[in-house]
Amino acid sequence: MIRVEAIWKYFERQPVLKDVSLEFEQGKTNLIIGRSGSGKTVLMKCLVGLLEADQGKIFYDDRDFSAMQFKARKKIRKEMGMLFQGAALFDSMTVEENITFPLNMFTTMSRQEKRQRVDFCLERVNLGAVHHLLPAELSGGMKKRVAIARAIAIKPKYLFCDEPNSGLDPPTAILIDKLINEITHDLQMTTIVNTHDMNSVMEIGDSVAFIHEGSLWWSGSREQILHTSNKELNHFVYATELMRTIQNQKP
Amino acid sequence: MPRIVRFHRQNISNLAVRKHTGMKLFYHIGKYFILLWMIMQRPERASIYRRQTIAEMDYLGLDSLGIVAIVSVFMGAVVTIQTAFNTDHPLLPTYAIGFATRQAIILEFSPTVISLILAGKVGSSIASEIGTMRVTEQIDALEVMGVNAASYLILPKIIALVIINPALVVISMFLGIFGGYAAAGLTDVVPLSNFIYGILFEFSQFDILYAMIKTVVFAIIIASVAGYFGFYTRGGALQVGHASTKAVVFSSIYIILFNLILTQILLA
Repeated sequence: MIRVEAIWKYFERQPVLKDVSLEFEQGKTNLIIGRSGSGKTVLMKCLVGLLEADQGKIFYDDRDFSAMQFKARKKIRKEMGMLFQGAALFDSMTVEENITFPLNMFTTMSRQEKRQRVDFCLERVNLGAVHHLLPAELSGGMKKRVAIARAIAIKPKYLFCDEPNSGLDPPTAILIDKLINEITHDLQMTTIVNTHDMNSVMEIGDSVAFIHEGSLWWSGSREQILHTSNKELNHFVYATELMRTIQNQKP
Repeated sequence: MPRIVRFHRQNISNLAVRKHTGMKLFYHIGKYFILLWMIMQRPERASIYRRQTIAEMDYLGLDSLGIVAIVSVFMGAVVTIQTAFNTDHPLLPTYAIGFATRQAIILEFSPTVISLILAGKVGSSIASEIGTMRVTEQIDALEVMGVNAASYLILPKIIALVIINPALVVISMFLGIFGGYAAAGLTDVVPLSNFIYGILFEFSQFDILYAMIKTVVFAIIIASVAGYFGFYTRGGALQVGHASTKAVVFSSIYIILFNLILTQILLA
């Protein structure tokens, strides 16, 4: 479980996160939704330590991450996997080298064990013989799947996904969403997904938090999201014609 | 997280000093030394760093052998011909041409000019490689994994250049003197026996040591300055290009500056 307590973050003295408090449960796909520029990515970067929150605390299973020194943080970081918006695969390495990288860095596995782990991770994300391909030779969806395979290679307890289906066609986006959801439940990870895609919310959102202008405006389940009276959230949820049609069909 | 790094990450973007040109210099010097401090942390896995260093020696060093060889041969030839034309006097012995060529090549041309050429070739390559990794979030991916990205990306390059650059400079010295010898033989500006006598005349081993000390310092400057500009790239492809240009310009300036300082310290 990850707990966030009263996080504030400023850029050039302008607050981009304002007193955000949240809990992300283990074994669930926790979604952070909001419009572009609402502060979702900043919140995620604060969670993983790429940015320092100016105020507030972050707890990983009751371990105070925000108060930790560099070495203590490293221990928690080895329990994290992250899927970046652009996949962030190491472009000079092959798919196999990308997935093996964290294993080489942090485990004492034999070559054979690493090979087996790579095969398992690639199989888990439904990719076959792509071991020797370079990231530039993969499609957008395949890159995302390899990035997931790399993220789960060291069996993380916490998985962070920053807009995992941005730039993908709808079927591939749903495939990636479902994959993240399955892996989360199978491996009992605490997964946090940043998205502004309502399809993702309806497909995989076990719990949903809505961030607007840097503040937490609403949190609840995906069933509750369709019946909320929160004006800003409704404006976000029913922005598309499809969702408005669904809304109009509600009894 | 160490206090100095935390302060750096939290406040450096908000510091008002960034806006004052006069303070910008101190801001960058401070940031550069914080990066060096991060680079010098204990590696996560020494064997990976070793492998990376060998790969960098191949990529940054051996790949530069061609340009170093061409520049050195022609540099030596030109120095010999220029010296011969400018010292054409009955009171000056002709072996002085060989002597002047050797001293110029060993003391200045090979360590400094070759380092300046490497600053252009290797420095831009390092800055654009690391800069691209920054803007495509690859460095963020390393940091989230718990890898010290600054150390993993820059330390092997510094070590590789510190090892390989002196070797390149020694090769450059040989080829430079050979170029001078070839020019002497082809143009007849000086008898070959006199040229060789001049080459061997009053040779001091300290000159080689002096050249090696300079080369090592220049290697550290090339890798760390280029690494600095690459590591702190912000934006996109255009900014990667700017970082690469800045890396070449600033490492060249520092090489010239440190050349003066080291010459004063070591030869005064």
